[in-house]
Amino acid sequence: MKRILFVVLVLAIALTPIFAGGKAEKASDQKTVTVFGAFVDEEARRFEEAIRPFEERTGIKVVYEGSKDFETLISVRVEGGNAPDIAGLPQPGLMHNFAAKDKLVPVWSSLNALLDKNYAPVWRDLGSYNGTTYGIFHRVNAKSFVWYPKKAWAAAGYVPPKTWDELNRLMDRMVANGHTPWAVGIEAGGATGWVGTDWIEDIMLRTAGPDAYDKWVSNELAFNSPEVKAAFEVLGKIWMDPRYVYGGKNYILTTSFGDAQQPLFDNPPKAWMHRQGNFITGFFPDDIQDNLEEEVGVFALPGINSAYGIPILGGGDQFVVFNDRPEVREFMEYLATWESGKLWAQAGGALFPYLDQDLNAYPNEIERSLAEALVDAKVFRFDASDLMPAQVGAGTFWSGIVDWVGGKSLDAVLNDIQRSWPK
Amino acid sequence: MADSKKLREGSFAGNTLVAVGRIGISIFVPLVAFVILWAGFIFLKESKAPPALIAIVAIIWGVGGVALLFGVADWFVNRLPLHVTKKLQPFVFVGPALAILAWYLFFPTLRSLYLSFFDAQSKNFVGLANYIYAFTDPKMLESFVNNLLWIILGTGGSVGMGLIIALLADRSRYEKVYKSIVFTPMAISFVGAGVIWRFIYAYKPAGESQIGLLNAIVTFFGVEPQAWITLRPWNNVFLIAILIWLQTGYAMVIISAALKGVPSQIIEAGRIDGATELRVIRSIIIPYIFTTLVTVSTTIIIISLKIFDIVYTMTGGQYGTEVIASMQYKQMFNFYDFGKGSAIAIVLVLAVTPVMWYNLRQFNKQEGF
Repeated sequence: MKRILFVVLVLAIALTPIFAGGKAEKASDQKTVTVFGAFVDEEARRFEEAIRPFEERTGIKVVYEGSKDFETLISVRVEGGNAPDIAGLPQPGLMHNFAAKDKLVPVWSSLNALLDKNYAPVWRDLGSYNGTTYGIFHRVNAKSFVWYPKKAWAAAGYVPPKTWDELNRLMDRMVANGHTPWAVGIEAGGATGWVGTDWIEDIMLRTAGPDAYDKWVSNELAFNSPEVKAAFEVLGKIWMDPRYVYGGKNYILTTSFGDAQQPLFDNPPKAWMHRQGNFITGFFPDDIQDNLEEEVGVFALPGINSAYGIPILGGGDQFVVFNDRPEVREFMEYLATWESGKLWAQAGGALFPYLDQDLNAYPNEIERSLAEALVDAKVFRFDASDLMPAQVGAGTFWSGIVDWVGGKSLDAVLNDIQRSWPK
Repeated sequence: MADSKKLREGSFAGNTLVAVGRIGISIFVPLVAFVILWAGFIFLKESKAPPALIAIVAIIWGVGGVALLFGVADWFVNRLPLHVTKKLQPFVFVGPALAILAWYLFFPTLRSLYLSFFDAQSKNFVGLANYIYAFTDPKMLESFVNNLLWIILGTGGSVGMGLIIALLADRSRYEKVYKSIVFTPMAISFVGAGVIWRFIYAYKPAGESQIGLLNAIVTFFGVEPQAWITLRPWNNVFLIAILIWLQTGYAMVIISAALKGVPSQIIEAGRIDGATELRVIRSIIIPYIFTTLVTVSTTIIIISLKIFDIVYTMTGGQYGTEVIASMQYKQMFNFYDFGKGSAIAIVLVLAVTPVMWYNLRQFNKQEGF
């Protein structure tokens, strides 16, 4: 007994200074905002670079953490009571889930004013759930672009097509010359298939038009309806033809979306076109990135039905607040201004939606024209798979693409996706 | 007499004082212990001290805390009347384990069962809808079939290979070397093995240099490179091969130990009677080590039923390789559907339970427990 009492006393005495020390340190501690997002590596570095002026000006430390398994981990962390202060959600569906569970802090009045001043209305709609706004967009992307190796194209005498028919003729000309037109890769770990959903969305906007697209997103237009099937068939004409796609289905299924562009920059090119969002420039080989304007050309994926012109498909991470503190608010208000994007725009690989942005900040003509296209686009639609319920947009739509490329019949795939739509 | 009365009164007062003192100490000591533990908890929860210091405190608090709790509880129980001590003492020993089991296993299972009758947001009661989904959805049916494949091929492969290697090694001069080599993959985690095998199955189009071992081999023989992990339904077998690679060592070690226990007299008697080597294995060795084979098999069946890591790292459940655990994970953490996720978890628990029960009974028979 005496021994135990002795141990207790010793422990108590030993621990006392530690508790005292802990408290003392807390008082002098720096204010910190934790941000959790889906972008990693180079993109994460550029984000940290872009927010450094904020940290220097306010003395608030912003700790960014990115993960490739973001979609999964954010749910685990929020459920586990370990939510970050701010999260950059790539999918509005995720925001809807958290908003429905009352996990998010709605936009406050001063942030609301910035939202009105700096953004086009579409961004407020995309950041809102049931009439309440939660999300602020920062870096956004536009996806309807086709990249090509400029010098090789010039040597072969190819010119960017203006219409879908011209694109088809160009593809056949390439095949006749012994060239493979496209490089496509949809592997992305747990998110494998999303590159395919982007293609389908682009084609839906071009064949069925924006109104049908909106109905498709809300399932008023069923997934197994003729319009959707037609879009898949247009894509199938390219993807399922081994003459048109480098490495055929196997390459599509097993190549990481970031690596898929590499055959474009072999000498001679093993593939001649790559459809991907503006972010892909960050994945190009270093020597290509260094001479982006000389090496790479880009054109918008041509329209199919001339009634809809050339629509732009895009996406973006919306930042939402889980923990309401003054320094968190201050950082959110910073994110709603062009100042927070300027440095990243200069570094390249990112577009911003701010109405008052300075297009000269972008490092090259390519990104400047993409940004301009984004701000000016008449038809702009958010990535449909990001708007659909997660069961579909981050589930059966992705796996449906994989199954379809893997050889499952199109009708079966579309019926499966339709059946999985939550009632 | 007056003296003795005084003495009695005095001893009564003394006894009362001692009794009050004993009760006081009995309350005071647990209180101090509680305050220390609580202060440690608050410190670990809120302190912004350097991580190294927090780690040290966490170790002291964790290990010391357990010792303190046990010591104080044991001390406290020992101070009670003897018959009470006897009744309570076992719980001091087994209590923490039971409490942890209840908190981390029993209550979560009950909560999953409860959630499985509700919708995605756990708000509205939906009856058996989630279970109907679990047994009718095409992806779920696919995962049931795949899990069955895992059980049959994974368990059969691991135990069969383990048995063959154990038998062969038993007859070899270099038994220890062979067994060590086969056992090595056991040290690799499932995720680690998945990453390694991704490289073995890696695909590059024909004409490019193949970085995947398997494709490097087949292209050497002039065959077209294959995207192994997308080849249905064989890709399931390719994934199961990883489990076999990992678990053969385990099966081999246990079976090998059992083989040493087969009396050599019986084997020799069989040989004298003219039995061939195969006949000896079939009619003497296997019946003799049968309980061991059952125990090893049930253990690997449970691993196959719960299989997740390999599928998640290799294919993410795509290309028709979905299993029950990966479906549960997707419903829970990707689609945020707590109802369906919980229902699938309960189905998995129900599937594992009989095997688990049989396994434990088998262990009991061998007095392993």
